Amino acid sequence: MRYSALALLRHALTGNRSWTPAWRDPAPKPAYDTIIVGGGGHGLATAHYLAKLHGITDVAVLEKGYLGSGNVGRNTTIIRSNYLLPGNTPFYEHSMKLWEGLEQDINYNAMVSQRGVLNLCHSDSQRDAYARRGNAMRLAGVDAELLDAAQVRAMVPGLNMDSVRFPVKGGLLQRRGGTVRHDAVAWGYARAADSRGVDLLQNTEVTGIRVQSGRVVGVETTRGFIGAKRVGLAVAGNTSRVAAMAGLRLPIESHVLQAFVSEAVKPMIDTVVTYGAGHLYVSQSDKGGLVFGGDIDGYNSYAQRGNLPVVHDVMECAVQLFPAMSRLRYLRQWGGIMDMSMDGSPIIDRTPIEGLFLNCGWCYGGFKATPASGWCFAHTIATGQPHALNAAFRLDRFATGAVIDEKGAGAQANLH
Amino acid sequence: MRIPCPLCGERDAAEFSTIGSAPPPRPAADAPTEAWHEYLHLRENPAGMHAELWQHIHGCRQWLRVMRDTRTHAVASAEACRP
Amino acid sequence: MTRLPSGGLIDRAQSLRFSFDGRGYQGHAGDTLASALLANGVKLVGRSFKYHRPRGIWGLGSEEPNALVELRDGARQEPNTRATTAELFEGLAARSQNRWPSLRFDVMALNGLFGPLLSAGFYYKTFMWPASFWEKVYEPLIRRAAGLGRAATAPDPDAYERMHAHCDVLVVGGGPTGLAAALAAARCGARVVLADEDFRLGGRLLADAPEIGGAPGEVWAALVLAELASLPDVMLLPRTTIFGAFDHGTYGAVQRVADHLAEPAPGQPRQRGWTIVAKRVVLAAGAVERPIAFPGNDRPGVMSAAAARGYLNRYAVLPGQRAVVFTAGDDGWRTARDLREAGAEVTVVDPRDSARGDKGLRVVAGARVVGTGGRLGLSSVRLDTGERIAADVLAVAGGWNPTLHLASHQGGRPGWDESLAAFLPGTPPPGMAVAGAAAGRFTLAACLADGAAAGLQAARDTGHEGQPLALPRADDEPAGLRALYHVPGRKAFVDFQHDVTADDIALAAREGFRSVEHAKRYTTLGMATDQGRTANVVGLAILAEATGRGIAETGTTMFRPPYTPVTIGALAGAQTGPDYRPTRLTPLHAWSARHGASFVATGAWLRPEWYARPGEAGWRDSVDREVLQVRKAVGFCDVSTLGKIEVVGPGAAALLDFVYANAIATLKPGRIRYGIMLREDGFVLDDGTCARISEHRFFVTTTTANAARVMQHLEYVHQVLRPELDVTILSVTDAWAQIALAGPRARDVLAQVTEADVSNAALPHMACTEANFAGGLRGRLYRLSFSGELAFEIGVPPDDAAAMADRLLTAGAVPYGTEALGVLRIEKGHAGGGEMNGQTTAGDLGLGRMLSPTKDFIGRVMAQRPALVDPRRPALVGLRGEGLRTGAHLLDPGAAATTANDLGHVTASCWSPHLQAQIGLALLSGGQARIGTRIRVFDPVRGHDGEAEVVSPVFIDPEGGRTRG
Repeated sequence: MRYSALALLRHALTGNRSWTPAWRDPAPKPAYDTIIVGGGGHGLATAHYLAKLHGITDVAVLEKGYLGSGNVGRNTTIIRSNYLLPGNTPFYEHSMKLWEGLEQDINYNAMVSQRGVLNLCHSDSQRDAYARRGNAMRLAGVDAELLDAAQVRAMVPGLNMDSVRFPVKGGLLQRRGGTVRHDAVAWGYARAADSRGVDLLQNTEVTGIRVQSGRVVGVETTRGFIGAKRVGLAVAGNTSRVAAMAGLRLPIESHVLQAFVSEAVKPMIDTVVTYGAGHLYVSQSDKGGLVFGGDIDGYNSYAQRGNLPVVHDVMECAVQLFPAMSRLRYLRQWGGIMDMSMDGSPIIDRTPIEGLFLNCGWCYGGFKATPASGWCFAHTIATGQPHALNAAFRLDRFATGAVIDEKGAGAQANLH
Repeated sequence: MRIPCPLCGERDAAEFSTIGSAPPPRPAADAPTEAWHEYLHLRENPAGMHAELWQHIHGCRQWLRVMRDTRTHAVASAEACRP
Repeated sequence: MTRLPSGGLIDRAQSLRFSFDGRGYQGHAGDTLASALLANGVKLVGRSFKYHRPRGIWGLGSEEPNALVELRDGARQEPNTRATTAELFEGLAARSQNRWPSLRFDVMALNGLFGPLLSAGFYYKTFMWPASFWEKVYEPLIRRAAGLGRAATAPDPDAYERMHAHCDVLVVGGGPTGLAAALAAARCGARVVLADEDFRLGGRLLADAPEIGGAPGEVWAALVLAELASLPDVMLLPRTTIFGAFDHGTYGAVQRVADHLAEPAPGQPRQRGWTIVAKRVVLAAGAVERPIAFPGNDRPGVMSAAAARGYLNRYAVLPGQRAVVFTAGDDGWRTARDLREAGAEVTVVDPRDSARGDKGLRVVAGARVVGTGGRLGLSSVRLDTGERIAADVLAVAGGWNPTLHLASHQGGRPGWDESLAAFLPGTPPPGMAVAGAAAGRFTLAACLADGAAAGLQAARDTGHEGQPLALPRADDEPAGLRALYHVPGRKAFVDFQHDVTADDIALAAREGFRSVEHAKRYTTLGMATDQGRTANVVGLAILAEATGRGIAETGTTMFRPPYTPVTIGALAGAQTGPDYRPTRLTPLHAWSARHGASFVATGAWLRPEWYARPGEAGWRDSVDREVLQVRKAVGFCDVSTLGKIEVVGPGAAALLDFVYANAIATLKPGRIRYGIMLREDGFVLDDGTCARISEHRFFVTTTTANAARVMQHLEYVHQVLRPELDVTILSVTDAWAQIALAGPRARDVLAQVTEADVSNAALPHMACTEANFAGGLRGRLYRLSFSGELAFEIGVPPDDAAAMADRLLTAGAVPYGTEALGVLRIEKGHAGGGEMNGQTTAGDLGLGRMLSPTKDFIGRVMAQRPALVDPRRPALVGLRGEGLRTGAHLLDPGAAATTANDLGHVTASCWSPHLQAQIGLALLSGGQARIGTRIRVFDPVRGHDGEAEVVSPVFIDPEGGRTRG
């Protein structure tokens, strides 16, 4: 069923009684060509691109809960490709280009809103670091502008530039960055994949990965064994647990990242703003809520909840930046479990086990990466080889030292 | 979250800093690179009881080995690394 | 006026004037805005989010979905405030919101005509063509239409603070259960905190006016409160919301200290954010009545039956003269009787055939409400019997939802109890007991008994002893209930604020959004500012029906903090504006300020960036003068911000030898060595100097930026990796003022301020000594150079810093700031923050030969990984060329500007007054081999694309003669 304004009208006139399910609820087949473990944004995008670009439709996506129950629904909805290092920038820019054509591709309005992402700087050295990053972006064909304080002031009314501990000196702006309605990404990819024949199996938890003679042959699930020639893991947050079923130990720790939303108010922040002298990113949803977050809590956790010190820290940053936020109330908070990798960058690669592929280590960056992650993972699974865009995201880079450490923080997961 | 510092008593986790998993013993200087890679990068990352290192930076500055459940955050024990 | 002539808990002696939408009214102390509006006959209070339907007041407290207003004016304007929780004060000004041009006539109500088009999730299915129209057309329209109230545009003038409290027993909720719990615990001597979101404690005792022990409930509450207030270890926190249960007995709370005043008193915070650490918690948060979804159930005048009773009993407001009570159980009958007592004409509509009449009540048994009439307020109620009843209030009683939020903040999943038709708490967080109505015990007697038992147990668990409370007599008759969630028909609202109807939920189920989380996210059920307090269970019941499952199987969404929305400012506390983070000042700060310094923030520190002199046109003049002064004569610089660490003990040398990549153990007492530390992954951590003061005492300096991290690193290496070493590590950053004295005349100046022999023989390059200084000052002298000139560092106690600076000035040295310091180090090619950015190896910085081949040290093995020793890695070079700025990237001349052709970047740049040229340092692939060639400098973000000459990074005195002179 194609979605359009006309379809809406037609259904409205008939009492909205003939809408059909967005996706089927099939029973598992005994075996598939390819199984994607994880029905989140990355897994569903992978299934869509496998079917659409590689003609591989004998695919099941296995999800332990409901589709989109992981981090795709627990983030601050920001998209951007303002990365510094050559291993990252082209990949995230590819993601941005896929975002730009997403709605037409999957016939689902995910509300891709290119309202701009502005990183504030508060010192000369920080401005120089942003210049370096902006220039790296321009080399990769990404839009980047270095704003001075006056330009920032004009662009973001309500921003406290001066009577603050760290006055705002300027910022790095990516106009094509912005926000996307997060749940719609999962649902849109799910519906698109389903329409090409992919089986979406909800409430199907993987409990084991069956390997014979160094080759994956399928997965044990709460609904029985399901065979597969190829298995791709896209279970960020739980990667270590699932990979351990295949005997893998990974350069990853699981950490909780909290995010917050305020009560809905009339438009007051028109772009995505990030703070440079603390850790905060804030934007306003179309519904009117201010969506914001900061650092991970810092300790390993699989509980999807955090603690007060980070809440306080984030609120301090918020009021520091936008003093008018002080009188607003925060309405909801949530915690997502991040795969924090040892260099802050992801892994999309084969594994030492034939037919088993890995997509993990997204740290804070998973949501914006969703389209390119699915695109590259599909390519890697279909061809058995990483694409040039994910060539740097190798599993062995920690052993060789070819790390992609944007922050220069070193091999400590919670510093990235 | 509260961490029971063996020297200072139970304190809010905000007084502490953690580096995450307590690594295994540091390999010998002449150990193969693979051993170093495992030491530095690879983690069990269990969903359950987890040995980790915290430092009471706003207190006694002792490094502590803390056993904590990563599903519930319940702390089972905390011992000074250098008693 | 609908205020009754007597009764209620308001202070009739104190009249308060207030305004709503510009019109003046009067209420009394003890009123909320909602009760005062109702008392004035105002029923239309707001508009809904999507269809802009007229809405009135549904509830009595924080569960209110409809009556949201903008409170106060100007910088204190506060959107989305519930009229039901806003305490009335003299001069209160409130406005309705999300309507245009007026509340009574709202153009956006046209949306209602397109209801079928705007069904659940409609926006996912359209607005896609053409693609560019989303940002330009659709989204701006949607954003303007959405949102509720308007935030203030000026900074918040009020102050906030954060506080901590520790207690044995935290009681959440000050109703009958909570009061009994607090009293039972407090009488045992436990430290008790009792918090309630209301401004007056008593909960349903105030709203229901029951009898306890033969006296009015509020009298019993007052007695208990008086006793609690008299006990030294009890803290009463009215107006306080416990918004979150965090780990290990930590609870977040927000206290509204001054929201009941026109503005806070001087020095008084508006609100206070609490962190309460409790050994035991009694959750006595009560329960909230839920609505029934039936067509037209959102019209102003339709309200919760329990709320109607509350307005009557607590505020002496009769919500209507002609009342219909639609109740699924016995509880609504209490409202009917109270309304009747107050003089209203009451009809009870009860779906149970068994419902029987009561004196003075008209009863329609076995019937349901299927519609309402009236334009901006209720005028009639239509039943499925076909009867239409004229009415000005419709009180709806759909059963009770226990307020169990805090019990599930740590993952305890609520379970459905079919007999009570309610979700009950699952496993609460450790240390928490749930009592009273929050645990599904709905009679007053059960609440009192449950609270008293929980309070006593909590006190005992925390080491106190005492006797069970003697409980007064109270009502113990359970209210019968027949679960009724939904009467079919259009425009039956489930989530009032978000305009989610029963049809929307059915549509979501039809489209496959059958999981409760899917249905919630697809329809936005329960995501409004009331967080579904009234909507969720009804929504679940409808979803369960639509999917053919029971409510138990359908399950509920999880509860997360905050329990109700809380003010962001209260959680930020006082750490706002300039006080956001501490500011560190060096011992010479005041001296520098007196001598014309302007300051720059570097991390937490403020450092002098230059010392302007009269006649200097701009900062460049000052910096150029300072640099040339050092190169040609002598200057001094406050370097007190460098991290300073003493490493003391028999194991000190071994520890430092292990931490530094170069050898330290061979250092002789009285000597200094430049050292670099690697991280264990082989990249550079920091550089600095290490002075061996005596055999077992070392003085280590770090860069300003890495001071804390290096300290932590040393402690880690000692305590975790080398615990056998007998070492003490002490941060002495604040114990020493440190002044660098540099320039060809440095020794002459130094000789004037110290008694020590500072000749090259007595104090050669990289030597250190304790020294006496003129004026009786004592300290240390280090001969080391950052500028490439003959230089010393002088360490004196902080209190002596200004005296030392005065003497240096008198002796002919002039102060220079961080800008000149930066120029001097770039001219000398010293790696600094731009190069030591955590991504570089010692080899990258030209320091590869410092890595000791003969010892084990942190980072030794991993520094040899292939990618770290790759000869193509960018390495440190110097650049010279116009327009050169830090952050520019480097390309081969003529190469296309692509990532693949990127050769590196400029890490530092400055105007060198000495060389009269723009120079810089860079990390350049091919590094040393490119010296003498030209390179393209690509800086599009600053509009520059030029060329530079690649040169040695050491622009000054490459042989080092000046330093050693």
